[in-house]
Amino acid sequence: MADVIVRKKIVTVEEIFHEFGPKPAVPQRRAAALAVIHNPFAGRYVADIAPFMDDLKPLGIAMANALIAALGGDAKAVQGYGKGAIVGSAGELEHGALWHVPGGYAMREALGGAKAIVASTKKVGGPGARLDVPITHIDASYVRSHFDAMEVGIADAPRADEILLALVMTTGARVHERVGGLRADDIEGKDGLR
Amino acid sequence: MKADIRKIVTVLEETSRELDRTVTPPVRRAAAIAVIANPFAGRYVEDLSALIDIGEELGALLAERAVAALGIAGDKVESYGKAAAVGENGELEHAAAILHPKLGAPVRKALGKGAALIPSSKKRGGPGVALDIPLGHKDAAFVRSHFDGMEVRIADAPRADEIVVAVAVTDGGRPLPRVGGLAKDQIKGEDGLR
Repeated sequence: MADVIVRKKIVTVEEIFHEFGPKPAVPQRRAAALAVIHNPFAGRYVADIAPFMDDLKPLGIAMANALIAALGGDAKAVQGYGKGAIVGSAGELEHGALWHVPGGYAMREALGGAKAIVASTKKVGGPGARLDVPITHIDASYVRSHFDAMEVGIADAPRADEILLALVMTTGARVHERVGGLRADDIEGKDGLR
Repeated sequence: MKADIRKIVTVLEETSRELDRTVTPPVRRAAAIAVIANPFAGRYVEDLSALIDIGEELGALLAERAVAALGIAGDKVESYGKAAAVGENGELEHAAAILHPKLGAPVRKALGKGAALIPSSKKRGGPGVALDIPLGHKDAAFVRSHFDGMEVRIADAPRADEIVVAVAVTDGGRPLPRVGGLAKDQIKGEDGLR
């Protein structure tokens, strides 16, 4: 059992009105919740790191709820999601993988049992490192209109002994989506894929 | 609406630790950032009054969004700042037209007061360029604990014919201020300096 020590939290909301094409009736919104935490395993190899996933659960739930609140408070408005982590330079890529379970399941539960796997990415980086967090539809990974990404990063994080954790949610497709594929209206929503 | 706004981004940042110290209460800062079309991109235009009017409009909109993100009453805001980044087909003077003549009055209206100059920065750059918004106490520019800055950036802006405009507000100064100078409880707040 290790304490989750949070240095900084950020919530970013992006409201997209157009990208030089016809304006949708409702702007697309994307939001990212970031938390900078101390990495309890920095600076040495630790074999047994998995218990830290349980310690991260409350933070994941808080971040998922903060995202829903930032997008207006209605979980039903959320259509896409993704997650990611940047591990500071005294840590190991595997430490970023600790975020898969607490980050992903927190969002799926907060959204009422979303079916699709939560798209993710991770890397080791220094302060100011940017991460392109991939985004897919919450119930069917193959919905092409919802393939998206949101770039996140913090000027002063992660320090060497920190991990930057990220969750993102969106309220809709890319603002001028028009490359076909499976439509959100046509999904079955059973297997998380189609 | 005079400005053609493509995107609005808000960022809320909460710092609760610095090194081994807890920051009590956590310091919070918020920025609201608009991406707008630059009506004068690509040519020299003598009369910049259209951009000056856009500045007035954005001052009201961005101050309202930033204060809302911070979640406190406008008159509880302690420091502020503004910044703009002009896309590559624009002119630094375009940023000046937005920032300086008329943007400040509606910002101050949203905050109830604001005797001090609003610190500002401007630059020209490409998509993803970082803006360091300078921050200063809103009623007394010499309050040393509140000299600060907040980095913001938007991955896909400014395009060549766009301008990014940002307003930032805070509920406090640096996390652990200890370099002396005028303290916030010593100010008169009349001349904007002390």
